[in-house]
Amino acid sequence: MAVEVQEARPTGVNLLGLGRGDYRGLPSTLCAGCGHNSISSQIIAACYEMSVPPWKTIKLSGIGCSSKSPAYFLNRSHGFNGLHGRMPSLATGALVANRGLRGIAVSGDGDTASIGIGQFIHMLRRNIPMVYIVENNGVYGLTKGQFSATADKGQVLKKGMENPFNPVDICIEALAANCGFVARSFAGDPRQVKELIKAALGYNGTAVLDIISPCVTFNNRDESTKSYTWGKEHEDPIHDMSVIPEREEIHVDYEPGTATTVEMHDGSRLVLHKLERDYNPRDRMSALMLLEQARVNNELITGLLYLNDEQPILQDTAGLVDTPIVDLSPEALRPSPESLEQLLADFR
Amino acid sequence: MSMPAVAAQGSGAAPMERPPILNEFSMVVATVNGSGSQTSNMAILRALFRMGVPVGGKNLFPSNIQGLPTWFTIRASAHGFTARRERSEILVAMNPATFIEDLAGLSPGGVCFYNDTITAPRTREDITFYPIPVEELLRELNPAKALRDYVANMAYVGVVAQLLGIDLAEVRGALETHFHGKAKAVESNMAMVEAAAGWARQNLVKQDPYLVQRDRQTEGKIMIDGNTAAALGALYGGVGVVGWYPITPASSLAESIQEYAPSLRTDPETGKLTVAIIQAEDEIAGAGIAVGAGWMGARSMTSTSGPGLSLMAEYVGLAFFVEVPVVIWDVQRMGPGTGLPTRTSQGDILFARFMGHGDTKHPLLLPGSPTECFEFGWKAFDIAERLQTPVFVLSDLDIGMNLWMTDPPAYPDKPMDRGKVLTDEDLEQVGDFARYRDVDGDGIGYRTLPGSKNPKGVWFARGTGHNEKAVYSERADDWTKNMERLWRKLETGRKLMPLPVIERAPNGQAEIGLIAFGSTDPAILEARERLAAQGIATDYLRLRAVPFAPEVEAFIRGHRRVYVIEMNTDGQMRQLLQLDVPDQAAKLRSLTINSGLPMSARWVTEALLAVEEA
Repeated sequence: MAVEVQEARPTGVNLLGLGRGDYRGLPSTLCAGCGHNSISSQIIAACYEMSVPPWKTIKLSGIGCSSKSPAYFLNRSHGFNGLHGRMPSLATGALVANRGLRGIAVSGDGDTASIGIGQFIHMLRRNIPMVYIVENNGVYGLTKGQFSATADKGQVLKKGMENPFNPVDICIEALAANCGFVARSFAGDPRQVKELIKAALGYNGTAVLDIISPCVTFNNRDESTKSYTWGKEHEDPIHDMSVIPEREEIHVDYEPGTATTVEMHDGSRLVLHKLERDYNPRDRMSALMLLEQARVNNELITGLLYLNDEQPILQDTAGLVDTPIVDLSPEALRPSPESLEQLLADFR
Repeated sequence: MSMPAVAAQGSGAAPMERPPILNEFSMVVATVNGSGSQTSNMAILRALFRMGVPVGGKNLFPSNIQGLPTWFTIRASAHGFTARRERSEILVAMNPATFIEDLAGLSPGGVCFYNDTITAPRTREDITFYPIPVEELLRELNPAKALRDYVANMAYVGVVAQLLGIDLAEVRGALETHFHGKAKAVESNMAMVEAAAGWARQNLVKQDPYLVQRDRQTEGKIMIDGNTAAALGALYGGVGVVGWYPITPASSLAESIQEYAPSLRTDPETGKLTVAIIQAEDEIAGAGIAVGAGWMGARSMTSTSGPGLSLMAEYVGLAFFVEVPVVIWDVQRMGPGTGLPTRTSQGDILFARFMGHGDTKHPLLLPGSPTECFEFGWKAFDIAERLQTPVFVLSDLDIGMNLWMTDPPAYPDKPMDRGKVLTDEDLEQVGDFARYRDVDGDGIGYRTLPGSKNPKGVWFARGTGHNEKAVYSERADDWTKNMERLWRKLETGRKLMPLPVIERAPNGQAEIGLIAFGSTDPAILEARERLAAQGIATDYLRLRAVPFAPEVEAFIRGHRRVYVIEMNTDGQMRQLLQLDVPDQAAKLRSLTINSGLPMSARWVTEALLAVEEA
């Protein structure tokens, strides 16, 4: 790792004085080896390292294996395990009601790309500040192995049926919907997953993380693009990345000209270190072309594909007060008796 | 003007032979949808209202933007009755396509104002005809091309006002209200009104008996539609988040919130809104937004009609089980299916009451006027937050979209009831927190809101089976206990609902009890007088909520025969009453009409007499 972080605080706690244990959840009931468990661990690590206040965070999910996972992290945060494919609207209502909170949402490929594609796209149009993780394994786990909308064409079920349809690419959909933070990662690359989550936590808008998260029970054949073997053999990160929380010093020893630093909304800094290719994550067209090339070349491109931090969030588009609506006084919520008298005069 | 004086043609009697009929008529204006006749009709309606004459206006419009026939009926009633009348005495015929049919429907001895370009034969000998030279007046006034159609419709306002005796100053005032004081719009329309009235003064001879004269019966009243009143009620109720999707006839409810929020709910320091209004991509998301906000602790709502309600079933069931307060306005229209989007109905009673899979039941509020739309607009939040459950307000197209003469709504008479919410400080005082524990025996648990810091209060909202600590559980006893508590909670809700309004017959208690609700109130009130005139005394109970108060059962038991009168095919409210008072089920007789039109007193009277006399 090329970045050194200097910490000046007691060991074992973060800036809030919380330990890692304060970010844990209940024991997972998912299968041993499930990619989702690895992602939960990285959510815990990222929130700990970024000193995210659990009480300022809400967990949201839809339905499916992935959507169970909010029970397995951030036990000190409120959460809502909602409806299949409809979590984005729930999150929208929650976060406009209380703009002081940040959402961490976990969905799956069925929840997002099959039943929930409509709400997914409209959530992105509105730009709600929230980390939106898709734990993408190309298969329905809880109902025992049916194809989802991200299943490979030609993917074979345990019972032998073959998927005849082309997959939905969640990152392409996100880019098409003008999402300002689009990333792809692989549960088998925990360090990158963690750094991407940290960057997403610092982003002011909807951050989509499409994380290939193998299903060891129903879709882990070596030839599946959602398997551990395929991912390890085909992963091609576009950059090495690190996120430095606010108030921590950066010591960078990259070669000059090989790293870019981005100041994130929360004051943290994202350092992107160039690997083989020159890639500008601020160019949406490049992102689309890269994804298309990766599809043709059978590669798993990972990293922060697109970043645009200049789009207004829904709370501002809707013209809302800075004070969270839930914290407004009764006087602010109920207009005066005189105003009603005045108003009714118009109807006489 | 070059035209010679026109003696009214075909009038059945000379003017002096018919005594004047003061402030008592039903007028139907037949136009083409999209021709801008709304402004003209509003002007007549409001001018009558400001002359102190009780009025009711019903717009019968097609599901169409432009081109299909539309009828607007204006009823003036010296007796204060505002329900829709089935037949009219006065026709304003502006649509050649429906002229023959419209003329045939006119009451004997009626009056027909017609656009003089209509060449269809005037088949009725008993009718007084007055032409309106719309084209000629337009040629003389030569309004801007874009305004032509709108101004054209003002011609009938002028002629009708002149012949009936409607004060032009009141017409002007009505237009000023309609155009929010925009002088240019008022003047261009008023120019036509005055020109047409002047033409009528010079060229028409009054031959019919219908006249308007000033009265004082509208003092203290207002004219407002239920959707606007509901929107204002919500804004005064402290609504924080609105998620909605456009649908007839509910759209104007959310749109009115949007319209009035800047003046009523803006933070004076920053000029920013204290309410979020989000037009969703569909009704599923509209409901989802409301449920998310309700969980977070904001007062939240959505508004819709039949098809949208169907889409919301999923979220309503979730909110019921997770126990999230949320208010759902259903401005009912005709179903099933797409049904008749622009026709009124009371057909969603059973669906709303039991919406959702598994065991679900929801409180319903039943506003009977725009005044009550305002009242329930704020009260629904108190009930929803107290009970921590979805609360429905069932309005309908008639209340929602028509202008009603009604009492001005009263300012909320009590502070907001935010229900059982524990703060961080409260949590310090309690030993142990369990979200769904029935601490008080009323079935209502205590909730904490996201954003509270005390880890003791953290719980995980889930639509899956849970124990009292909101932890996933498949245990039979956890499930059973939880459902029993939910039903205990619903029973608590019975005490929170608005009481029914009971009106007794003047001379002691009647044998017959009438039960109705919602927009049919004016028709029932008028029908009771008609029945009384025939010697049939009735008591009347107007339901304002489900579940029913004990007064409802007492009313049923206290009458020999009880008629449940409603606008659906299956007698849905009767079924709910039968479930509630099973031993009286056979006594409850059903009178239903499901024509899509607002209920008339004549129908109520005839339907009841038919059963009584059978």
